[in-house]
Amino acid sequence: MVTQLVKGNTAVVIGALYAGCDCYFGYPITPASEILHEASSYFPMLGRKFVQAESEEAAINMVYGGASAGHRVMTASSGPGISLKQEGISYLAGAELPCVIVDIMRAGPGLGNIGPEQADYNQIVKGGGHGNYKNIVLAPNSVQEMCDLTLKAFELSFKYRNPAVVLADGVLGQMVEPLKFPTSAVQPQIDTSWAVAATPQTRRNLITSIFLDFEQLEGFNNKLQEKYELIEQQEVAYEEYMMADADIVLVSYGISSRICRSAVEQARKKGIRVGLFRPVTLFPFPEKELFKLAQTGDRTFICVEMSNGQMREDVLLATRCMRPVELVNRLGGNLITFDQVMQKIEEVAKGGSI
Amino acid sequence: MKEKVIGRPAGLYAEFPRKGGAAPTATHYCPGCGHGILHKLIGEAMGDLGIQDRTVMISPVGCAVFAYYYFDCGNLQVAHGRAPAVGTGVSRALDHAVVISYQGDGDLASIGLNETIQAANRGEKIAVFFVNNTVYGMTGGQMAPTTLIGEKTVTCPTGRDPRYAGYPMHMCELLSSLQAPVFIERVSVSDIAHIRKARKAVRKALEIQRDGKGYAFVEVLSTCPTNLKQDAEASTRFVNEQMEKEFPLGNFRDRSEETEPLCRNVSDFTKEAIDKAFNLDTEASPDAVEDPAFGQVLIKAAGFGGQGVLSLGLIIAKAACRAQRHVSWYPSYGPEQRGGTANCSVVISGSAIGSPVVYESNILIAMNRPSLEKFALDVKPGGVILYDSTIGEYDIPEGVRGIAVPAMEIACKTKAEKAANTVMLGVLKELGVTKLPADAFTEALAENFAGKQKLIDINKKVLEAGAQWVRDNL
Repeated sequence: MVTQLVKGNTAVVIGALYAGCDCYFGYPITPASEILHEASSYFPMLGRKFVQAESEEAAINMVYGGASAGHRVMTASSGPGISLKQEGISYLAGAELPCVIVDIMRAGPGLGNIGPEQADYNQIVKGGGHGNYKNIVLAPNSVQEMCDLTLKAFELSFKYRNPAVVLADGVLGQMVEPLKFPTSAVQPQIDTSWAVAATPQTRRNLITSIFLDFEQLEGFNNKLQEKYELIEQQEVAYEEYMMADADIVLVSYGISSRICRSAVEQARKKGIRVGLFRPVTLFPFPEKELFKLAQTGDRTFICVEMSNGQMREDVLLATRCMRPVELVNRLGGNLITFDQVMQKIEEVAKGGSI
Repeated sequence: MKEKVIGRPAGLYAEFPRKGGAAPTATHYCPGCGHGILHKLIGEAMGDLGIQDRTVMISPVGCAVFAYYYFDCGNLQVAHGRAPAVGTGVSRALDHAVVISYQGDGDLASIGLNETIQAANRGEKIAVFFVNNTVYGMTGGQMAPTTLIGEKTVTCPTGRDPRYAGYPMHMCELLSSLQAPVFIERVSVSDIAHIRKARKAVRKALEIQRDGKGYAFVEVLSTCPTNLKQDAEASTRFVNEQMEKEFPLGNFRDRSEETEPLCRNVSDFTKEAIDKAFNLDTEASPDAVEDPAFGQVLIKAAGFGGQGVLSLGLIIAKAACRAQRHVSWYPSYGPEQRGGTANCSVVISGSAIGSPVVYESNILIAMNRPSLEKFALDVKPGGVILYDSTIGEYDIPEGVRGIAVPAMEIACKTKAEKAANTVMLGVLKELGVTKLPADAFTEALAENFAGKQKLIDINKKVLEAGAQWVRDNL
């Protein structure tokens, strides 16, 4: 195992290369551009394919083409670019094509700014394009996971023939940390049962998302829902930190969860029983686990996220509003501060909240 | 060449079960429509050229959305206007594929105009068949980008008025202004004489794909009796007399003879190749050890863009990595880098790092006055501020040690004007405030300029000059 100091955005490209990703299609946007830059040098170096697309729509449709061929392909962007890609993501989900999309979230709405935010939660986790579909969504919180979860995203997207999104933010994209390189490389195989690979055995295959017949389309939609249920049963991932005796549960993902971890340690020193519950998969969301936490003990939940509480809505649903769910947030490109989290923890610990 | 046009071409299925319904050999197209003729011409050429096994046909949105009912090859159906982008993806992934993009006028020349032009400009290995019948068909007879002046459609009920709706788009002429396309031709399928010429152009476009030579574009003037409310005779007359006047037939370009096949590289998926790309054999850092007693050192480095504060932070991070500490580095990014001040946070820790962003620091390195003023008050009691002596007088907060370092002066004296950041590094090394061993800095410096011995030498000299200044003055 080899360790190097690596930038988060570069770690995405490293993960993709070891995952057997064959094609990269992208368009420049801060703070995701380094993924495009690194891909433009490393993909051709390995004989793999790189295209700087004319637009975000073109990039996601090139992904549609490469994925139809049965190859491992990806794109990356940030908020406004992801909004533009939503049409294509809906088609990818509708055609059940595997691919990986990386979103390095920035602050919105509109052009907003290039600071970090976590406000793409709804457009990524809840769909964002038209129709009853879901993306598999993985939320890294370190440079290591930027690499590892990109690998995982390829694995899951092919396992379920579904788009998978790595949802990160400007801080994770820009920060540098030690990365342990993957110890094996995937040798990708084309699944000839569905891919259109320009070969005799795939000549009869068809990739489409159109079903003129209403009953048929309803059937297809139901089949998709069954797939999502299966994913919910099998792929939930989360991390718990000092949760065993926690009265206060911080629920947080991505870079915010890192700040929470520091706050948990500080609060414990002050004798406050705080724990951190970090969803690693946002779809599937760890609903059952949060419900169990809500059912046992008199816990208070505090959602810590750089949005107007987009994930908090899912925590409220998961806990069925049985326990208070507070919110600590910052918007507009500002990071949540350690002090902010500590203040809320102390407030709740004193019973001063709710 | 066969003269017979009627009959089932080998490239089309004998029956169309994907279509369903009671008539398994009838198409979904209206009587008198030109699509069926073009389907036959493409199907015939595909069969004759023996390329069906490696052909990927892309069905658009529009009347040809169901082209995949008919073509006996690999089929994709895609979003409105995006076929050339999808085709790009297919072609890049499958270098041997014959990619066909079949599109109508709304799809190709309106919503998908950018994809059309850009794919052509990249010279993608795609044959684009563009059916121009001056009207949106499937969607219900709306004005198309190719609708003639004065022509009535449901969205220009009194006829297209260029003062409000512009002029017909000439796609062959537009694409002819680009360098990359190999073949561009406009044909018609209005009657037998025209169909014979169209057949040749279709075949040529597919031969170019068979040989992997690049982009081919065939515009096909076609009839739409349904939406233009014409009978068969009138629709043929409309194409021959009115459309041809606006859209002259002919070849715009044929460079197929002189164009060499374009072969793309073969992908390497081996671990060895990837490892090599990242120099894993020569560039490795030791893993961090758990040492909670070390605590944390929080560093902020700030200055004008170009003063090297980001790389200063990065070298400190590399030194920490060499000393087997947990470490993170986080820069200000974007426009800040290109003007005004830049800054970065470095966290060195004996255990896993929470937030990588430093708000309150133990060490501040300020290369200019705005940075000093912005961050000095956030230095913790007992902390250190290193600032360049050219900044001049500054009231250092109580409980914090301020050191004015003549970094730029020392750098200039060492004949390395741009290396004031390395002077600061030397000061840090000698002061020991980062709790990192001195040799870690020297090694990190060498690692940072790996392979550039001249830069390593000069920076080591500057590093030592900084350290010497500490020994002489503090």
